[in-house]
Amino acid sequence: MNNKIKRILPQLLTILFVVFVFGFFTINAQVNMDNRGIDFGFGFLSQEASFDMQFTLLDYDGQDSYFWAYVVALLNTLLVSFLGIIICTILGVIIGIARLSQNFLIKNSAAWYVEFFRNIPLLLQIFFWYYAALRALPLPENAEPWFGVTYMTIKGYYIPSMIWENLNVFMSCLIAAIVGIIFIRIYAKKIQEKEGKQLPVFYISLALITILPLLSFLIGGVTLDFEIPVLKQLAKTSFIYEGGISLPPELIALVLALSLYTSTFVAECVRAGIQGISKGQKEAAASVGLTPNQILKLVIMPQALRIIIPPTTNQYLNLTKNSSLAAAIAYPDLVLVFAGTALMQTGKAIEIVGITMLTYLSISLAIAALMNWYNKRIEIKEK
Amino acid sequence: MNLSLNRIKSQNQMTNIYIGSALLILSILDVFLNSFFRINISGSLPGNLSIFFPLILGFLGLSYLRMEYSGYKFLDSLNKNVNTTNFNAFLTLFITFAILKAFPPALSWMVLDANISGDTKEACTGTGACWTYIKVWFKRFMYGMYPNELHWRINSAFLLVIGLGFVGYFFKENLKKYLALYYVIIYPIIAFLIIYYLISGGSFGLVWVETGAWGGLSLTFIVSFFCLIFCFPLGMILALGRRSNLPAIRYISVGYIEFWRGVPLITVLFMSSVMFPMFLPEDFFMDKLVRVIIAITLFEAAYCAEVIRGGLQALPRGQYDAAKSLGMGYWKMHIFVILPQALKLVIPGIANTFLALVKDTPLIFVVGLAEIAGMLALAKTNPKWLGFAMEGYIFAAIIFWIICYAMSKYSYNLEEKYKTER
Repeated sequence: MNNKIKRILPQLLTILFVVFVFGFFTINAQVNMDNRGIDFGFGFLSQEASFDMQFTLLDYDGQDSYFWAYVVALLNTLLVSFLGIIICTILGVIIGIARLSQNFLIKNSAAWYVEFFRNIPLLLQIFFWYYAALRALPLPENAEPWFGVTYMTIKGYYIPSMIWENLNVFMSCLIAAIVGIIFIRIYAKKIQEKEGKQLPVFYISLALITILPLLSFLIGGVTLDFEIPVLKQLAKTSFIYEGGISLPPELIALVLALSLYTSTFVAECVRAGIQGISKGQKEAAASVGLTPNQILKLVIMPQALRIIIPPTTNQYLNLTKNSSLAAAIAYPDLVLVFAGTALMQTGKAIEIVGITMLTYLSISLAIAALMNWYNKRIEIKEK
Repeated sequence: MNLSLNRIKSQNQMTNIYIGSALLILSILDVFLNSFFRINISGSLPGNLSIFFPLILGFLGLSYLRMEYSGYKFLDSLNKNVNTTNFNAFLTLFITFAILKAFPPALSWMVLDANISGDTKEACTGTGACWTYIKVWFKRFMYGMYPNELHWRINSAFLLVIGLGFVGYFFKENLKKYLALYYVIIYPIIAFLIIYYLISGGSFGLVWVETGAWGGLSLTFIVSFFCLIFCFPLGMILALGRRSNLPAIRYISVGYIEFWRGVPLITVLFMSSVMFPMFLPEDFFMDKLVRVIIAITLFEAAYCAEVIRGGLQALPRGQYDAAKSLGMGYWKMHIFVILPQALKLVIPGIANTFLALVKDTPLIFVVGLAEIAGMLALAKTNPKWLGFAMEGYIFAAIIFWIICYAMSKYSYNLEEKYKTER
């Protein structure tokens, strides 16, 4: 009996405390909203948003609803995160491996790169790129072309856009190639287990993924044109590039800062992962007659990845969350558009901040769930 | 590649060394003269070749120099450390040349062509940085809009708080058992009172300074200090809650931790500034700074809890069993056996959390608190001082870098220290 009370009482008190806090807040919120004449509800989502966004992936103008503004802004956030994750992975892997190099100079430059970018607050880095570095770029009319067809100017980076004809044929060829590769991998594994023969899977895959899309150009009637940005005079001193895609400086500053900052953490994960494999593994693999390539592919990498991937995913998640710093330099991401502009216009503080937080929360939880599933799968199953 | 280069080498080692060092020195000299004195000795070569000329020369030089053993100490260490393969040699040259090329412009911008004298924008005439700007605004960057003649109050408050932080070291043996009590409860309260009465003022004959005037680096310290001392106990409770075997408490703790860890700090700050006032009684006013500190504390407590949980999990089961077999209850066991050991394990982790916290504080700029990033934004848009964004951000970056680097080194040392003790 005494034991039962000991178990139930603290739980009851905690629940009561939580209920009390929530109740207190709810009642206050209700009173406050009544006084100010605001009512709670999500009806505003279908109203006309009547504000503009500087940079969008989908078509959007002021006549669209708040909900559409939310979707467009969310896509902008995801775009930054996606670009940031790709660049930070590439940089991070290179730097992480460089930190283990035998070359004194490379090792130390990599170490200083990590120490340098890791220890400066991300917000300052974003500000530095946006307000200081990118502002030093030339005006559109003075810009020198990079790689012949792209222009880096103070107003953004102008790159050619692609104009496809019969894009679906090309895409289906690409998908066919990928499916083919998967089948060949499975088949090769089977052959190896049965007969001990190894097929040159890599070369076959490479051939498939180049030849099939190439065929679609030759036979399938697919054409690809590039629309190259051209300088155009708007007024006497105002120039702009027309055609192609323009990446606004906000996006560039954000992606640069996020990927440089996060790459240092990814580099540390990669380094820790590779260092975490004991030397004995390598020596044991060599002693059973595996070639250096096979050692890396079959023994070192599978084990290192097991250590590298979970913390790296965490860093990707951090990058996604940090992309909300976009609000500080007016890149139209979820926080700026929704928790900023939309909130000012509608005054629906609770609903809008709630939706924003829930969006980030669901991204985080989804990735965390994926991670747990992955961890379970790659767990060393001890017998 | 390696083979074909070996073929051009002489059989005589000395010849190789002479040719190699001559080529290497020539290539470095070329880049050096080019970047420091703008003399281009390879300029007469056609087109792009002059750009790659030093790289090619140096590459050949290093491949001549590469040998098993030469007897010269410097050469051997060169071969062992930076010249092991062709690829390494190439990277070595690339990094060396990049440093040589980047150094003179950076030096002349930051030091040689820079200005620091005078106190108006007109004093900056050189093409380099204008440190005059930093000099004039220095007090603002450090203290925000806090009245100039009252800066001593911030300084003395900080000195007092830091001094009190070290008091624990001088405790006598018989007082040592109260150390935790002092740091967890008494010290935060005293620190809060000092900062409240000294920096805010309003009593003891001190002029009241509203929190809106606080700012600059001192605000960074105030916010991170308070968040740290408040988030630690909260994180401890949450960590214990997450490991509790009472389901209601466990689920509530898990929910709390996962919620705060899943949202970005910026939305939490937005919440504290626009949503939180709605949740408070109508006539109840809470200062913006206090709201922000509460928000960051709640946010960081979740991260703190995960760190502490790591420490709790790292303790061997035997510690729990032993404490239980002595007849200790839950609280007795945790206070006297588990927590003292677990907390020792998590000190490096906590230091890292604190580091992240310090790096996050500039974010309070987005809700309108003029922390150092906010002061920079203010100074940058001042019509008298337009166009010095670069200097401002570099200055702030250097300050933060020094603070964070020192802290990360310290936490690394702690980690090493406790690693060996275990």
